[in-house]
Amino acid sequence: MDMNQYLSMFIDESNDHLQALNENMLELEQTPDDIGIVQVIFRSAHTLKGMAATMGFEDLSSLTHQMENVLDLVRNEKLKMQDYIFDTLFQGLDALQAMVQDITQGGEGKADVSSIVSSLQAIVRGDFASNEAPAATASTTSQASGGAEINLDQYQYSVLEQSITEGHSVLYISVAIREDSQLKAARAYMVFDLLERYGDIVKSSPSVQDIEQEKFDRSFSLYYITQKEAPELQSMIMNLSEIESTEVMQLDHETLNQISAGVQEAAAAAVAEPVQEANAENNAPSAGAEKASASAKAEPKKAAAHHSAAPSRTIRVDIDRLDVLMNLLSEWLIDRSRLEQLASEVKRSELTETVEHMSRVGSDLQNIVLKLRMVQIDTVFNRFPRMVRDLAKSLDKKIDLIITGAETELDRTVIDEIGDPLVHLLRNAVDHGVEQTAERIAAGKPETGTVNLRAFHSGNHVFIEIEDDGHGIDRSKILAKAISRGIVTESEGAKMKDEEVFMLLFAPGFSTAEVISDISGRGVGLDVVKTKIESLSGVVSVESKLGKGTKFSVQLPLTLSIISAMLIKVGSEKYAIPLSSIVETGLIQRSQIRQVHGYTMIPYRDAHIPLVSLANLFEVPGYDENAEEESEIVVVRKGDRLAAVTVEDFIGQSEIVIKNLGKYLPAIQGIAGATILGDGQVALIIDPNAFIK
Amino acid sequence: MGEELKVIVFKLGEEEYGIEVNKVQTIERMMPITRVPKTFSFVKGVINLRGVVIPVIDLRGRFGLPESEFSDQTRIIIVTANELEVGFIVDSANDVIDINSDVIDSPPDVVGGVKAKYLRGVARISEERLLVMLNLSEVLNRSEIIQLESLEG
Repeated sequence: MDMNQYLSMFIDESNDHLQALNENMLELEQTPDDIGIVQVIFRSAHTLKGMAATMGFEDLSSLTHQMENVLDLVRNEKLKMQDYIFDTLFQGLDALQAMVQDITQGGEGKADVSSIVSSLQAIVRGDFASNEAPAATASTTSQASGGAEINLDQYQYSVLEQSITEGHSVLYISVAIREDSQLKAARAYMVFDLLERYGDIVKSSPSVQDIEQEKFDRSFSLYYITQKEAPELQSMIMNLSEIESTEVMQLDHETLNQISAGVQEAAAAAVAEPVQEANAENNAPSAGAEKASASAKAEPKKAAAHHSAAPSRTIRVDIDRLDVLMNLLSEWLIDRSRLEQLASEVKRSELTETVEHMSRVGSDLQNIVLKLRMVQIDTVFNRFPRMVRDLAKSLDKKIDLIITGAETELDRTVIDEIGDPLVHLLRNAVDHGVEQTAERIAAGKPETGTVNLRAFHSGNHVFIEIEDDGHGIDRSKILAKAISRGIVTESEGAKMKDEEVFMLLFAPGFSTAEVISDISGRGVGLDVVKTKIESLSGVVSVESKLGKGTKFSVQLPLTLSIISAMLIKVGSEKYAIPLSSIVETGLIQRSQIRQVHGYTMIPYRDAHIPLVSLANLFEVPGYDENAEEESEIVVVRKGDRLAAVTVEDFIGQSEIVIKNLGKYLPAIQGIAGATILGDGQVALIIDPNAFIK
Repeated sequence: MGEELKVIVFKLGEEEYGIEVNKVQTIERMMPITRVPKTFSFVKGVINLRGVVIPVIDLRGRFGLPESEFSDQTRIIIVTANELEVGFIVDSANDVIDINSDVIDSPPDVVGGVKAKYLRGVARISEERLLVMLNLSEVLNRSEIIQLESLEG
């Protein structure tokens, strides 16, 4: 069978599954006891394994198999999730991701994963080296072997101890119900009912509540204080129907001590809750274990519920096909306007009505096609929770990432480009923004830092904000550094507004990291982010309050394939200048033009700026602007440098669709592409950046 | 016996040229061309072909023949080769013929005006009729032109 035709499908679906695995694992980290999520994770892993095996990617399928083994134990409540297991599973996910990446690039998807596999196998065997509190390990292994003991809290422990001292018999009872029993909860109830007649149950595992809801496998165990002797009780329990086995052990001080080993830790922590829950607390990840993060937890849960309730019904479409559709549509729109023209000349009501209806349908079609290219920013955001978790862990910080507006839609062309700058800004917030835990406590802030990642629409733009509640930016520190690097002079710096000072962060060669860490100070600074965002016709800005936090805002156009432009005329030719680089339009007298150092300059505000003649530069035939007394100019901007471009006439502002000139033409300086005007003619789009050196 | 080829026949001046039909997308009448500044002199500009912007080349200029005025007969042949989409402006195009690859002789050492490397060969259709088969990938090869330009510049 030829697998190639299935390969792209396999890659797409694998990526989906890996993403889902990552998301669900993160969610499970927040609520480690939610077996429902484990089930979802297990199913995803299982499907992935099956697909990989079918496609012949053995390494991929065998690693997934090992991960599945661990998940299976967790699913059946024979293993409790904890930090070490999460870390190992995440390592496994990373390895899987790398393999799929390799396959995407035409590789075999092979990788050496033996260390991860052996860690996973160790977890399954239960003898992994964990740096967890011994209590957790003890409870894990004991549960794996069938629930032989229960952890007691200090209060329960002292009750039992006192009872022994007072001469009551303290029993440890474990009961197994027959496998074929239809009514496990009812049988368990009968056992409890019987026991309660002759004494007191101090503690059971699983809890009485769970047993009532049949949330237990087949066996349960309990601590019991009674006047009766062990053998007598044993036979009484065995007399109940459908009980497979029961074990009753008389406890004295020593055995009680042994059996509830680990109770001291819990006691030391002085937690009133049952030990198991306390462990769950300990196991919860540093990133977001706090109760204060209730809002953060609610968000993803809502989203998850939404996902599972209504699986989106979608198909994948090649973006090139969408482009073809868009082209056909613009062709059709041109014909439509011709038809409208003809209909107005013919003046026949049936024809006019039909053409009008056609126009309405056409507008709807255009809207739909444009919407097809829109992608939820979710596809970019969804890799961030995992990234922030890993970063926070490696920096030993506690950080909640709160994502809002993930459903905001952006054009595909922007989505593909925006990921890297956002990664940079987020890393910056986590690394430089949020303080170390001790520092936060000293500053009277909650232990867990918050990083907000928001996306929202406003007008024709999408805003993305990254806000942390860290220590903020210190104006004086930045100025000192900028002055020492020669970026600004001392007197310039003194006059600058706070915002202007913060923008120095984006100056080339500026990095605030005192020590270059491997997280954000990798030799490249925020200037790269700024360049990238500007190349997307976006704007980045920063606000900060010392001690309160910092907010980076990124403003992006909704789409890169449609831009606002000023249409201008030179001679018989029409050109489009992107509005984003236009500062203003105006009029100059030819007599104002000066020659300075061989450059043509004009006065503008209180400075001189270079003047570029479009007619000369593009050798426009049949037009001589020197004959005119005054010229229309467009002042364009690249960064903070300005230039003026002379044109013959302004036609007006218009939304244009950007097209490339085709592969045959070499890159032409000053030309960014082409667009098709309403009359079907092609107009070239000017790249004003090329005019400014 | 060689393979059968379907060939689009077009004219530049008195000479007849052929391009295999599977390289040709469509043949269009002359349409408005938007000039593109600062490019090769034989690149007349770009056209809007059903929403796609395509560069057009004056084939006379490309072959170093004298350029002529466009007429009613002038056609733009849209060809696709090496993932490039380009329009050729030709004097006329009005024939599709079947030829056998056997009748294509390798290009003669000297062919009047047109450089031999652009030719795949010459097909003899009848005693009087010769068809110049184009080597599209050479015609669309830019590197040689860029070298020429840089020599001149």
